[in-house]
Amino acid sequence: MASANYYVPHTAKWPIVGSIGLFLLVSGFANWMNGSTIGPWMAIAGAATVILMMFGWFADVIRESEAGLYNDKVDASFRQGMIWFIFSEVMFFGAFFGALFYARIFAVPWIGGEGTGVMTNSLLYPEFQAAWPTNGPAGLGGDFKTIGAFELPLINTLILLTSGWTITMAHWALKKMQRKALVGWMLATVALGVIFLFLQSYEYVHAYRDLGLTLGSGIYGSTFFMLTGFHGLHVTVGSIMLLVIAFRCMKGHFKPDHHFGFEAVAWYWHFVDVVWLVLFLFVYVV
Amino acid sequence: MTTQTAHADDHHHEAPKGLARWLFTTNHKEIGSLYLIFSLAMFLVGGAMAMIIRAELFSPGLQLVNPEFFNQMTTMHALVMIFGAVMPAFVGLANWMVPMMIGAPDMALPRMNNWSFWILPFAFLMLLSTLFMPSGAPASGWTLYPPLSLQGGNSFAFVIFAIHLMGISSIMGAINIIATILNMRAPGMTLLRMPLFVWTWLITAFLLIAVMPVLAGAVTMLLTDRFFDTSFFNAAGGGDPVMYQHIFWFFGHPEVYIMILPAFGIISEIIPTFSRKPLFGYTAMVYATASIAFLSFIVWAHHMFTVGMPLGASLFFMYATMIIAVPTGIKVFNWVSTMWRGSMTFETPMLFAIAFVILFTIGGLSGVMLAIVPADFQYHDTYFVVAHFHYVLVTGAVFAIMAAAYYWLPKWTGHMYDERLGKIHFWWSTISVNVLFFPQHYLGLAGMPRRIPDYAVQFAEFNMISSIGGFAFGLAQLLFVYIVIKCVRGGEKATAQVWEGARGLEWTVPSPAPLHTFDTPPLVDDSLEHKDRLPS
Repeated sequence: MASANYYVPHTAKWPIVGSIGLFLLVSGFANWMNGSTIGPWMAIAGAATVILMMFGWFADVIRESEAGLYNDKVDASFRQGMIWFIFSEVMFFGAFFGALFYARIFAVPWIGGEGTGVMTNSLLYPEFQAAWPTNGPAGLGGDFKTIGAFELPLINTLILLTSGWTITMAHWALKKMQRKALVGWMLATVALGVIFLFLQSYEYVHAYRDLGLTLGSGIYGSTFFMLTGFHGLHVTVGSIMLLVIAFRCMKGHFKPDHHFGFEAVAWYWHFVDVVWLVLFLFVYVV
Repeated sequence: MTTQTAHADDHHHEAPKGLARWLFTTNHKEIGSLYLIFSLAMFLVGGAMAMIIRAELFSPGLQLVNPEFFNQMTTMHALVMIFGAVMPAFVGLANWMVPMMIGAPDMALPRMNNWSFWILPFAFLMLLSTLFMPSGAPASGWTLYPPLSLQGGNSFAFVIFAIHLMGISSIMGAINIIATILNMRAPGMTLLRMPLFVWTWLITAFLLIAVMPVLAGAVTMLLTDRFFDTSFFNAAGGGDPVMYQHIFWFFGHPEVYIMILPAFGIISEIIPTFSRKPLFGYTAMVYATASIAFLSFIVWAHHMFTVGMPLGASLFFMYATMIIAVPTGIKVFNWVSTMWRGSMTFETPMLFAIAFVILFTIGGLSGVMLAIVPADFQYHDTYFVVAHFHYVLVTGAVFAIMAAAYYWLPKWTGHMYDERLGKIHFWWSTISVNVLFFPQHYLGLAGMPRRIPDYAVQFAEFNMISSIGGFAFGLAQLLFVYIVIKCVRGGEKATAQVWEGARGLEWTVPSPAPLHTFDTPPLVDDSLEHKDRLPS
């Protein structure tokens, strides 16, 4: 039974654990990048602490939710939180898409002598002709080939689109309280996410080993790996979230009218899906 | 529907005491206090850096510090003041006041509220630790333009990750504020009945969520350019260092408004109270705030006119920037109209608010000068720019925070602050801040570049005047710290309403505000409506 009161917890011990974890994680990264030997260990300790925090924090929330402490207003706050979090993620990807568009529309043509770039081109890079893909006038990273859009990436597109469908089927099953079908569709969604990640890693290995396409391949390599890499990271996180929800479904959590945890993850998954579609279009196809 | 905090059967539980109370708190007032105390501490740290800068610039030549350290000071002063002093102060004020102003029992997501704050001390531990590294703190300016920023020492990675932490904190804080305002309003508290401070924070929170991730993206690209071989900002690889400036300022300009919109909200609370009149043009104020926020997304390149842009782009950004003067003008005229024929009294918060209106307007007008492309070619990277943004940030944002502190201190502590000392603090600050920054306009127009430790002898007099003003202004803030501590420890008992002309829900609860307010949501009707702030 949902409580009538807006639930305000008295104390919270996990956030400070999370802060310490984040601090260890990023200062570990920074030390690592500066070549310090304790860096990796700090980062690992930090990651472990953050994971511990997430287990503990989510466990608290799930316990409270299952105990019926959250009323509709709390539910609405969670919805607000998730919507705005996803919006912030959209803007994060926006920065990298912005870099891609700026490079393709302005930077590369200017280096090639277009518009106000005439002198830049003739004085600095007279040999350079603007083109896309490019690794710039210095040919950083050496010759490379790109990955065709209508090979693995198209298959990946179909996989993610299918996973959007399977999670919707899972949602229907949840609303109709068909527990078995729900778990089945959830696991299918997780499986599709994992297959996507597997194919994506295969593509990376192929790019590095056979195509000469690396993070160091000038602006093309930079934008390609940054966009697909951060997307892949989000698919990884999304898959873990889906797996957790799948376990919760097996344990009998969620009701047809009370399952925001499920919905939040579904929203996140659709967001990851949409980012991929934009990415497929602008990174692979065009 | 009744709303109350937590489970009733938990009331016999003792709240944790000592450090644990502050580490584990989920209470919006306690977290608000943490933010405000943290902000004050960072204000003093950043201020100490400013003192070093002004001491070195007291006379031409190199006296106190070496140029490398001077550059570290300008960089760190900016980072500390922006991300450590001004932004957390506004978030602290929002934490304290927004739930009380809209009749909510607490913030919408109390646990995340704790996390938003407790990330900050760690972020600043990281940032400030770079001062003690062998290669020193970052010295490229707070904007971290490549390629210069990529040539820094070990501090570089620490600064980038510190910024990531600050970003995470800001985004979570903003999500919490937006969720609180949209979801937790008491019955009858319609959007157009919300106090303007709440409105400005709603819009500010939106800006924060929209642009902090873009900053995260920008500095991540810097990081990969430095450590992972990418070429985002390297022309040899087909990238462009100017691209960083575009992405950075796409964050940077809305960021400027993140630091001023809540100030507008504070001033819009204080002026009606001490004019004993409702705010003039409430709805226009709301729309003006929204317009400023919208425009902030399409003016970024006015920070980089001299970098070499196509003419069409320069023209667009110039005109778009000048349009901002229209909604800002609406605000200034509305504040003045609110005071017009009011029964005004001049307690310290009101003094700071009036100084804000005048001095912020000076900063705004020098901003319009800077928006003019051919003029900007002269002003760019001179002390004129320094004077401009310190007028909007110090006599703008910081003065508004001071005004807010004096205005709400009685509500927070239950004691009146020392009015005589407050007035001394006000006049001392206001006179010295103008001695500090006004001569910098002339220095800039005469061609003195910014971010340099040494300068031509022709700039000696104005720099000396400016430094004297700077030391005086710095000293005045120690008085402020004393006033705050004195007020926390004791003083004349404050009434619930505190100020005779004060209207709004926060003035209906006792002073000091009890730990939990509005466990049961109040019914808001026209008697409390913001637009009807009539003298009692």
